[in-house]
Amino acid sequence: MTFSAQLEAKFDKLLHSYPPGRQRSAMVPMLLYAQDEIGSITPELIEEVAHRTGTTPLQVEEVLSYYSMLHKKPLGKAHVQICTNISCLLNGGEELWRQACQTLGIGHKEVTADGQISLEEVECIGACSWAPALQVNYDFYHFVTPEKLERLLASLRDRT
Amino acid sequence: MLYNEPSPLEVRILSRRFGLPNSASIDTYLAHDGYVAFKKALGMKPEEIIEEVKAANLRGRGGAGFPAGMKWSFVPRNSPKPKYIVVNADESEPGTCKDRLLMEYDPHQLIDGMLIAGLAVDAHAGYIYVRGEYRYLIEILDRAIAEAYDRGYLGKNLLGTNFSFDAYTHTGAGAYECGEESALLESLEGKRGIPRIRPPFPAVVGAFQCPTILNNVETISSVPVIIRDGGAAFAALGVPKSGGTKLTCLTGHINKPGVYELPVGFPVDKMINEVGGGIRGGKKLKAFIPGGSSCPLLTAEECEGLTMDHDAMAKKKTMLGSGGVVIMDEDTCMVKVALRIMRFYAHESCGWCIPCREGTTWLRKILVRFHEGHGRREDIELLGDLSKNMLGRTFCPLGDAAAMPMMSIVEKFREDFEAHLDGKPCPYEHVSQLVSA
Ligand SMILES: Cc1cc2nc3c(=O)[nH]c(=O)nc-3n(C[C@H](O)[C@H](O)[C@H](O)COP(=O)(O)O)c2cc1C
Ligand code: SF4
Ligand code: FES
Repeated sequence: MTFSAQLEAKFDKLLHSYPPGRQRSAMVPMLLYAQDEIGSITPELIEEVAHRTGTTPLQVEEVLSYYSMLHKKPLGKAHVQICTNISCLLNGGEELWRQACQTLGIGHKEVTADGQISLEEVECIGACSWAPALQVNYDFYHFVTPEKLERLLASLRDRT
Repeated sequence: MLYNEPSPLEVRILSRRFGLPNSASIDTYLAHDGYVAFKKALGMKPEEIIEEVKAANLRGRGGAGFPAGMKWSFVPRNSPKPKYIVVNADESEPGTCKDRLLMEYDPHQLIDGMLIAGLAVDAHAGYIYVRGEYRYLIEILDRAIAEAYDRGYLGKNLLGTNFSFDAYTHTGAGAYECGEESALLESLEGKRGIPRIRPPFPAVVGAFQCPTILNNVETISSVPVIIRDGGAAFAALGVPKSGGTKLTCLTGHINKPGVYELPVGFPVDKMINEVGGGIRGGKKLKAFIPGGSSCPLLTAEECEGLTMDHDAMAKKKTMLGSGGVVIMDEDTCMVKVALRIMRFYAHESCGWCIPCREGTTWLRKILVRFHEGHGRREDIELLGDLSKNMLGRTFCPLGDAAAMPMMSIVEKFREDFEAHLDGKPCPYEHVSQLVSA
């Protein structure tokens, strides 16, 4: 497989970050960074990461199924993750979640027909004092209101 | 820009550089006492460093509150194996959002602390295990690490001594359980985050099967000021047996939510009403979580005269925990709260132990039914009994973390459960939680 030069540099750094013989440690970071670039975890990627970390594809499969951020199906270009855990719940997180489902016409871990936006109800994302909070890919949005959410979703749809 | 206005009641020790221009840069750090603690520690004996940390009464800030100095003293310094420093930046305990700020605004303070920990136990490498969602923080940390290498604070023969130290970031990929220390170490080795059976503890068999200091971000970030000013000065900020300040995340139904640095032992009442500006909408306090959703909940009466420290919380049969304070007003449905908390633990259970895997799932199902108005009176007892049966019967503390809040809610807020019986709709159904509503 070929990756961007940036990703190759990252891989190289990762493979040198652990004690000798411990390249397996780089597996999860490599999978996540590669997923960010190619959109999902493909069979070829599994082969490649297994090869580079000195493991078998089966070992990679076993590990990746444990981690909720790693996924084999492509998500939307914008992956909207709404927190409904305790501090967000107390600030309307569930109401925002229902609003997003309604506006987009999709549910938990679903993607819009055009592949632009996907939705996920997530556990605490570490923004509890600035609740209700959500993430679009890796970007945080704090003190979200129904109006802000509507504007955000509209802007994500217009990004095509 | 800061996420919230500081409070005049704060004692800003760890957060004193927050809000400075380019506070994350090494130049800012160096201009404000940066790496002076590391330089001082280079001239100290390892035992002296550990003694200062012990004298500081620094208790682990990740949740369990174990004395940090004692933990460090368990590392066999003379073992022929390499030793490691591992920083727990998994920050996933619901209600907690403070390690984020320590990394965003002051990553060099953390590196400074790692270096000192390295000197204390003769470790030459350290890993910061950051939850996958915190990608921007990994970028900030990686920049800080690169700067430190550039200026000779990381790498070989630091400041002309024979001490060398390398630091790395390692991203997680979504798993609360990987915040548990032994699951974290498995994850760091490229495996599923299934905990290890202890003993041996990480101090002896930790990262890559070698002796390891594993501490929370805030714990390690507290070390530079302890070395700079001495353990006694840090201890004096807090209460006997628990020194220093604690970054406290005020969340929930509060007028001024935010992260505030308060001395350990700060009064709860003053924290809610003065630091936090009181309860939203002038309502009354109903329930209080001291530090993350794994802590048993307290009622308003139990909060009277209470202080934010380990011993005071233990007396109320709860914990100071991680610093994630959750404030719930009188219109909060405690069945709903229990359900949301249990959904979380059922989702995050790694599935190794049957009491945890089956217990959390079963509890969640009963609570869903209950909240929908199909609960039976016997279910109230069942919720308590099921939780009790999980306690102490699991390989890692996640089982207890799920059981303890549950038991406290059934015991202390029984009337909320009774109000849902006989097909009655949730009495709080009409309450919108949105601030704007
Ligand atoms: C299920 C579970 C999740 C945990 N999550 C975290 C976490 O996100 N961050 C953290 O620092 N400690 C977490 N801990 C506590 C760690 O196991 C460990 O006690 C802590 O990192 C030690 O550092 P400290 O002594 O400095 O607090 C968790 C514990 C359990 C049981
Ligand atoms: S208590 Fe739960 S999370 Fe911990 S090891 Fe057992 S099943 Fe896994
Ligand atoms: S509870 Fe939503 S960010 Fe923590």
